[in-house]
Amino acid sequence: MSVIYLLLTLSILVAIVFFIAFIYSVKKGQYDDSYTPSVRMLFDDELVKENKKIN
Amino acid sequence: MEMQQFYYDNKIVKKFIYATLLWGIVGFSVGLLLAFMFLFPNLTEGISWLSFGRLRPLHTNAVIFAFVGNAIYAGVYYSLQRLLKARMASNFLSNFNFWGWQLIIVAAAITLPLGYTSSKEYAELEWPIDIMIALVWVAFGANMIWTILQRRQRHLYVAIWFYLGTFVTVAVLHIFNSLALPVSFLKSYSVYAGVQDALVQWWYGHNAVAFFLTTPFLGLMYYFVPKAANRPVYSYRLSIVHFWSLIFIYIWAGPHHLLYTALPNWAQNLGVAFSVMLIAPSWGGMINGLLTLRGAWDKVRTDPVLKFMVVAITGYGMATFEGPMLSLKNVNAIAHFSDWIIAHVHVGALAWNGFLTFGMLYWMIPRMFKTTLYSKALANFHFWIGTLGIILYALPMYVAGFVQASMWKQFNPDGSLTYGNFLETVNEIIPMYWMRAIGGTMFIIGAIVMLYNVVRTVKQGSGVEDELAEAAALTKVSKHRTSGEGYHTWLERKPVRLTLYATVAILIGGVVQIIPTLLVKSNIPTISSVKPYSPLELEGRDLYIREGCVGCHSQMVRPFRSEVERYGEYSKAGEFVYDHPFLWGSKRTGPDLHRVGQKYSDSWHLNHMYDPQSTSPGSIMPSYKWLVRGKLDKSSTEDKMKAMVSLGVPYSEEEIANAQQLMDAQGKQIEENLYQDPDFAKNYEADKKFAQENGQDFVEMKDREIVAIIAYIQRLGTDIKVKDEQQLSKK
Repeated sequence: MSVIYLLLTLSILVAIVFFIAFIYSVKKGQYDDSYTPSVRMLFDDELVKENKKIN
Repeated sequence: MEMQQFYYDNKIVKKFIYATLLWGIVGFSVGLLLAFMFLFPNLTEGISWLSFGRLRPLHTNAVIFAFVGNAIYAGVYYSLQRLLKARMASNFLSNFNFWGWQLIIVAAAITLPLGYTSSKEYAELEWPIDIMIALVWVAFGANMIWTILQRRQRHLYVAIWFYLGTFVTVAVLHIFNSLALPVSFLKSYSVYAGVQDALVQWWYGHNAVAFFLTTPFLGLMYYFVPKAANRPVYSYRLSIVHFWSLIFIYIWAGPHHLLYTALPNWAQNLGVAFSVMLIAPSWGGMINGLLTLRGAWDKVRTDPVLKFMVVAITGYGMATFEGPMLSLKNVNAIAHFSDWIIAHVHVGALAWNGFLTFGMLYWMIPRMFKTTLYSKALANFHFWIGTLGIILYALPMYVAGFVQASMWKQFNPDGSLTYGNFLETVNEIIPMYWMRAIGGTMFIIGAIVMLYNVVRTVKQGSGVEDELAEAAALTKVSKHRTSGEGYHTWLERKPVRLTLYATVAILIGGVVQIIPTLLVKSNIPTISSVKPYSPLELEGRDLYIREGCVGCHSQMVRPFRSEVERYGEYSKAGEFVYDHPFLWGSKRTGPDLHRVGQKYSDSWHLNHMYDPQSTSPGSIMPSYKWLVRGKLDKSSTEDKMKAMVSLGVPYSEEEIANAQQLMDAQGKQIEENLYQDPDFAKNYEADKKFAQENGQDFVEMKDREIVAIIAYIQRLGTDIKVKDEQQLSKK
């Protein structure tokens, strides 16, 4: 049964990881604009003519 | 801004699409075979590797990891590149992911029917394959993160968050649940025992549903539904909110699989509380998906892709409403162990995972092959026959679960069970099993029609080529605005975040202090009369695991009057301390076996295994003739016992040294008991004589597999009975 403490720790750790990721993403401005991204993903810019140098 | 040109890797997506189609049809077909085995239990009589117990894990693994797994990869590799405006970072890792995953599937398809299983649900694969899974999964994640680092679109679309959450959590779950001590190349024992093993298993098991069948598919939903409808997602803000709340809450819900078991109550209640909360983020996602179609419902009338997606999201909504309801203890008391759960998971698997995959494939394939779908009519046919198939599958199983659970609990006025014979409750629901098999057949017909449609589409299209795209490289954010500002200065301007950080800091300290303190004492009330299995019983237990008995028989008597009356004293946590792995089971197609020890004679068990219908007319258990004839492999018994010692099972060195003699003695005793049955004596002697006259090898009964499994079954749940008798005799 003591394994539940390991699991609680792990669950809390995973939750903390997600939490830190959340803070980080907020800080990086991921959620500053909550409209454009939903529209932007609808546009595919699949090309085009082959030209220029290709990376 | 300089535009860069690059190619999207479409070829890897194509490979995963083909794998999804192939393994989907394999996984569904095995499921259909299993559905028919409920109706014709001896359909594959005498073929050990096609027996129900061994094929059940093959079905679940094929559907979850082969069909859904490949669908996840196909969708992620397609959408991730386009959302990031970047090609996958490493062709090698992409291909390693693909071929490695297929190798794992093939390894599973070979080892599971041969009986190599850890018996832990959805984690049945043995340890070498577990290691392969970990490697391939990490390759997938590394490739994804590496690609994210090379992206040309700074903003990470919500789908990518779901993909990342999936990767991190599945890795943690898989590693901790698969911890096992190897005995040989394809045999290992879980490091956890009994209650602990159950808890870890369902912590994993529930989150396999959450983070393998749900979060990646939500990510796919957020990409493919807006694309197919050509509408932005209903609320981007809602998608963010429900992402964070979903991943946080899901991880706690595992114990709802163990309600009313020997798991301590506080852990059960924790699981219930979080499971009930889950309805909010789950329905947040469901509503967001459906409302994305606002203003586009006219398209749903004509576009089969959207039809599939709408039914998929609706199925998700139904399954995630049902989940919290099933987690309520009073509902769970009825539904657990019954076919209700089978209906519940199939609404999730067939509708949510199946239909979202189908919709996604019908959308992607024509685009990738630069053509139109070969036949819209066939896609519509697939949609309707699939939808009707799901309904015809799920509804009868709901009825079956409810009917059977009610019969289990029915009492006569005099206090005896109305349906004392378990078989009555099975035979009552056979018509429902028929309807289920018909529903499953319809679903498969749809999938085969899709395969044909895809093949024709591919033939009329042009070959898949990596697509050329262009986007500007990321530019660095100007530091001008925040120049000279230190980290803490930034933090100080953000009081809420400062508080949250502080909370985290406190939590860490608390965790570090509290957990070691708690770990000192074990939570399981030990029972002194519970002893380790004898060597022969241990071998018998491994046969029980090999044959997948746990797929149909639970070993967990819940503390209900109806169960105690039917099976015996309810199960205690302390009784399972030597069970590596635990074998509580999750389904009662047959009766519970935890108190079956000493209930029937040895020869009853032999006859029952050889021909279940002879002892129990109307039984739907298949025969296990190979156990009755087969010779028990005793070559690694000592190694197994030594492994158990490393895991804390108190075998003495003397017991290990004398393992062979102990097995021989116990085997002889059972052989003697069997001789009390005159029919057995007659047949057995005749067999022996026949073998001698024809110069064939003859395996004595005491050395056969059946004797080991009888030894194990007769031991089940008897340790505390011994205690009762001793106490009585003392008084």
